[in-house]
Amino acid sequence: MTDNLQLNAEGKLKHFLTIEGLSKSLLTEILDTAESFVGMSEHQVKKVPLLRGKTIVNLFFENSTRTRTTFELAATRLSADVINMNIATSATSKGESLLDTIRNLEAMFVDMFVVRHALSGAAHFIAQQTAPHISVINAGDGQHAHPTQAMLDMFTIRQLKPDFSNLRVAIIGDILHSRVARSEIHALNTLGAAEVRVIAPKTLLPAHVENLGVSVSHNLTEGLKDIDVVMMLRLQKERMSSALLPSESEYFKCFGLTEEKLKIAKPDAIVMHPGPINRGVEIDSKVADGPQSVILKQVSNGVAVRMAVMAMAMQAQPSVSGRSAVHTPAMATTEGMS
Amino acid sequence: MNRIRIDHGRIIDPANNIDRVGSVYIEDGKIVSVLDEPAGFKPDTVIDAENQIVCPGFIDLSTRLRDMGHSRKATFKSEVIAAAAAGITTLCLQPDTVPVIDTAAVAELVKDLAEKADYPQIYAVGALTQKLEGIELSSMLSLKQAGCIAVGNANQPVKNLLILRRAMEYAASHDLLMMFRPNDFWLNNNGCAHEGAVATRYGLPSTPEAAETIALAQCLELAELTGCRVHFGQLSCKRSVIKIHQAKKYGLKVSADVAIHQLHLTENDMMPFDSAYHVMPPFRTEADKQYLRKGLAASTINSICSDHQPHDLDAKLGAFPETEPGISSLETLLPLMLSLVAQNAITLEQGIACLSANPARVLRLNSGALTPGFSADVCIFDPELDWQVNSENWKSQGANTPFWGQTLKGRVTHTLQSGKVIYRL
Repeated sequence: MTDNLQLNAEGKLKHFLTIEGLSKSLLTEILDTAESFVGMSEHQVKKVPLLRGKTIVNLFFENSTRTRTTFELAATRLSADVINMNIATSATSKGESLLDTIRNLEAMFVDMFVVRHALSGAAHFIAQQTAPHISVINAGDGQHAHPTQAMLDMFTIRQLKPDFSNLRVAIIGDILHSRVARSEIHALNTLGAAEVRVIAPKTLLPAHVENLGVSVSHNLTEGLKDIDVVMMLRLQKERMSSALLPSESEYFKCFGLTEEKLKIAKPDAIVMHPGPINRGVEIDSKVADGPQSVILKQVSNGVAVRMAVMAMAMQAQPSVSGRSAVHTPAMATTEGMS
Repeated sequence: MNRIRIDHGRIIDPANNIDRVGSVYIEDGKIVSVLDEPAGFKPDTVIDAENQIVCPGFIDLSTRLRDMGHSRKATFKSEVIAAAAAGITTLCLQPDTVPVIDTAAVAELVKDLAEKADYPQIYAVGALTQKLEGIELSSMLSLKQAGCIAVGNANQPVKNLLILRRAMEYAASHDLLMMFRPNDFWLNNNGCAHEGAVATRYGLPSTPEAAETIALAQCLELAELTGCRVHFGQLSCKRSVIKIHQAKKYGLKVSADVAIHQLHLTENDMMPFDSAYHVMPPFRTEADKQYLRKGLAASTINSICSDHQPHDLDAKLGAFPETEPGISSLETLLPLMLSLVAQNAITLEQGIACLSANPARVLRLNSGALTPGFSADVCIFDPELDWQVNSENWKSQGANTPFWGQTLKGRVTHTLQSGKVIYRL
């Protein structure tokens, strides 16, 4: 089962919903495109006119500050117009269905949806249902995928350790509920990492996780041996109340990354975290702020990678004859959502 | 006097051990003879069934006709037409209607709706507990007197085993059959897919086999304790088949069915996030599917049901976990059964028995066979006729089936209920 839905007839990335099913060359193209945007952030004028006249809607059915901000920044730097919709507190709480929300926004002639939703498959569903001239970027759907996070992590890794074929990567923590972990695993395997290891207690691992192409360890001390990249995952507080874990302190004792435990990994290992960090729960502050941490680098790279994905997806859209890229005033009179 | 003769068909009547080409004779709504012509029989109507199979009308142990609170999904009227077109002459309506079938008044209302919709024969399954909440017992005797053929809690859990025990004791006191779909509420954990490799890949909330097998094991223990007759519905996994086999060997009076789609599809067939595949219990593994087929061949599972759940379009439009589970499955019942025969999973005689004689025995009905004196409920089908699942051929109001667009083999040509032709292709 691959997701051809993401590609247009020429095999270009039209929607970005999941890493699964995308080729190594396409992932590399995303990384290379992102590379070209990296220097830009240091310029006086931080804008390119690539998406001028395009309208991008940040459709966040689930709250997020960091991800939404980097998407917004990426869109702005590509000169697109951005609308932020925090649906967690608007339309759907009035009982409007996901599809109706999409239809209403479509009627306003937008060009791209950046979607975050609490349910797996939501971005997929929107991509299937939306008009053909609209691209959909998945900014996280349930426990399924968070492909731009994975790509910015790949980008960060590549900056520091360019050869994936030698890399042993450990992903530590709540794999079960993590869309980030799933996307990282697919990305690392597609890019040819030597090993992807997941380290967690059984309660935080999904069934048959090894089928995703990972080795499994339940012990951080053993699991960190020979590791080049340590990826920590955020631990949600509600995992204690649902009996998946006894307590934060016991979790930290077993799976929290401390300076001492980090020494078991390779001396030049890097430490990553998709944020936001729970200091003292999954990671010790000394490690999070320490020399091996690349956590803030990840954040900076987020903008470039999202610019790359947005630019690529917009280029893969079908050109509609007679339809102006810039919205005419007549179109703008279309009645909006109440 | 209304006399019908069905000629030249291959008559398969598992209950009477008949598999021969010949004629079926019907008079005044009853079977009067099979193969042997009664003296002086002059038919008013002759149905030519050449190259077709003539068998007892099908009995479906688990159906939803929606209506009442869910008429946007389907109505008795739309669904009985679909049932007749599927060769079904008797069906059991699950109690999770709106309102729930938990009082005699609602059971009477169902009877009225059924009579208005005309044929096939619709039997309500009464609620085991009030509002299906699993807390207070329903008035089972009143339900029985109002025509309920069994009691059950549909897909709703009875979380408290003491209440389940009491309900089973009470049902047993009135010699009522309990229909039970085993599914532990807590282990189910709001899952919408099988806990396995596919759900892991797509990040879908999942439910393990143990949710089914543990509830099944508990209910088997209570069946022994209470003496309640239990029919387990819509089993989905290998270990459930093993448990039923052991229970039967041990001597418990239990029976079981499987929904037709579970015999054909697995987690690997699910197209990514396609809500047509959202069904409960979920599609499990290839090994489970094969074992369910084996269980059928060995008569451990003795019936096949449609588990028909028609939905409106909106119910299936959304992110996979928020869509409603269920498949519209009346009309694919026969071709999918025939496909099991074509794949040598079961014999044709077994397949027909699983849809007629066996469910009749579960319900203790004098039907499901072409026995002289029985109501003339007959299904005639062409086993070689190809047809496409599309809006032109489809009768149910719910088009929610993963088989949409596929070409299937085998189609009902006539359905007779009490000697009346209720469907003709």
